[in-house]
Amino acid sequence: MTATVPSTEFKFNTSSIRPGRIIAWTVLFIGGVIMITPLLFMFSTSLKSAGQVYDLRLIPAAPSFDNYVKVLSDGRFMRWFFNSTFVAVAVTLSNVFFDSLVGYTLAKFQFRGRYFIFLAILSTLMIPTEMLVIPWYLMSAQLGWIDSYWGIMFPGMMTAFGTFLMKQFFETVPDDFLEAARVDGLNEFTIWWKVAMPLVTPALSALAIFTFLGNWTAFFWPLIVTNSRDLYTLPVGLSSFAVEQSIQWEMIMTGAAIATIPTLLVFLVLQRYIVRGVMLAGLKG
Amino acid sequence: MADIRLEGLVKRYGKATVVHGIDLEIADGEFVVFVGPSGCGKSTTLRMIAGLEEISGGVLKIGDQVVNEYEPKQRNIAMVFQNYAIYPHMTVGQNIGFGLYTSDLPKAEKQKKIAEAGKILGLEDLLDRRPASLSGGQRQRVAIGRAMVRDPAAFLFDEPLSNLDAQLRSQMRIEIKRLHQRLGKTIVYVTHDQVEAMTMADRIVVMHEGRILQVGTPTELYEQPVDVFTARFIGSPSMNLLPARASDGAIIAGGAKIGGVPSRTGSGDLLVGVRPHDLLVGEASAQAAMALKGIVTVVEPLGSETLVHIEVDGAPAIATAPAKQVPAVGSTVDVWAAPGSLYLFDAPSGKSLGRL
Repeated sequence: MTATVPSTEFKFNTSSIRPGRIIAWTVLFIGGVIMITPLLFMFSTSLKSAGQVYDLRLIPAAPSFDNYVKVLSDGRFMRWFFNSTFVAVAVTLSNVFFDSLVGYTLAKFQFRGRYFIFLAILSTLMIPTEMLVIPWYLMSAQLGWIDSYWGIMFPGMMTAFGTFLMKQFFETVPDDFLEAARVDGLNEFTIWWKVAMPLVTPALSALAIFTFLGNWTAFFWPLIVTNSRDLYTLPVGLSSFAVEQSIQWEMIMTGAAIATIPTLLVFLVLQRYIVRGVMLAGLKG
Repeated sequence: MADIRLEGLVKRYGKATVVHGIDLEIADGEFVVFVGPSGCGKSTTLRMIAGLEEISGGVLKIGDQVVNEYEPKQRNIAMVFQNYAIYPHMTVGQNIGFGLYTSDLPKAEKQKKIAEAGKILGLEDLLDRRPASLSGGQRQRVAIGRAMVRDPAAFLFDEPLSNLDAQLRSQMRIEIKRLHQRLGKTIVYVTHDQVEAMTMADRIVVMHEGRILQVGTPTELYEQPVDVFTARFIGSPSMNLLPARASDGAIIAGGAKIGGVPSRTGSGDLLVGVRPHDLLVGEASAQAAMALKGIVTVVEPLGSETLVHIEVDGAPAIATAPAKQVPAVGSTVDVWAAPGSLYLFDAPSGKSLGRL
């Protein structure tokens, strides 16, 4: 009797490739190409001179970082970058604080009207932003917030979506944790801050990421509420390149490329939270 | 002083009353166990003592003070929860120290207390670890440690061993008992496990449907249950109950006559109780108070003895046989009980009528 030696020759197992998988990969590949092409053109154009902009080759004939030097040495651009950063960070911090505070209250305290308040908050999700812009503007005008940081930030300082997300998460925190802290003598605010908040970190991360990205790219409301160029956020400022200076595509693309850096950094560093957040919240990124 | 007094304590949720005015005195340093089936009101009572549930009626005193309106912290009690309630984002040391969060003690003093608690509970090498890397028993010890560092007047335990496996449960039972002996503090402990109640308590409080049925030492409850519920709830396996009737000064149970009937029995439907360990398989001795025949339905050899499930005149019962005696299923066996091992109950009310 001879022992059979297992063959070391690699055999491609064609039976494991299912047609469904081929279709899925093809669709994903095409989707990926569609998504990344504008980004590549943005970076490509940012490396071209004004004369080369309409040369649609992806790799520029004479790439140069001159546009970056020009944009970064322009005081206005840095100002807009600061404005966007300040607005996005402030609104994110505000959302993390207030949304979770309200979400916690609705999830963990029994009081009359709790359900009605939750429904009222939730129902605001059904109102499109375009409908709210005029009331926001009138309100800003009455309060003297037109052309101010407050004016840019106030509509997003607390959101119905964030409150809903945090309420759902706080409901999963066992009451025993809170009651143990209560028996230990902590007041309700400290219980929320010290005990409940650390237990919902994945939700907080997801909320922070979505809020930051949403505010970093916000265009419509900042455009309406700001008048002076010093208060423009990056998207509004970049659009002014198009209007006032006969469309300097290479400058717009360079500014946009710089503007994507924080977004990319946030995504790369917090990718797993974004993926988890999308899964948990059941929403589009 | 940490004696706890419940005077007509009531708990209502809307129109539903879940605790019906219970009275109880728990002495300073006593280990009292509330036991009963799910929904009997034992945890609600404990939570009222802790201050986590509002008291709907009655008076709760800790020491000399009425504490009905006191916040949990003001009551100077510590509580250990079923799910441990130790914080996953803190280390073992931080969890234990969290009990001192509101304390004015200097940091060094707090660290000393944490180290002491860690030492007592065998956690000194785990103080820098996170709860996720601990076993169930270790987590429960951390929860006890957090309660200990506060040096409270009384400890409240809400089914603390329910999430542990059987072996760990018996080990933790001993540890909690040792802790009580060492600290000498009042402990109020809630469980649905009668073995925990029997092995740990100075006194057991049996609750059912929001009322206290009986309060007594484990031996008192085992030997003198006031009703069928307590008799069946305390002791494992549960007490056998055989339908019986009193007639002509004797009791007929399982087709056999039992002598020595108490005069207050009167006539009517009765239940004769006998614990499985008192119902022996074999030829009845001359002094037997009750001798019956039963058909074997299931046999459970336990090593030290054999539990024989039988059917006596249609009623199920469990008897005990010596270890090596394993009767065949379907066979008929003789079982008997010695005088003094029978319990008599009034069938309609379930109240005890005494021992036989």
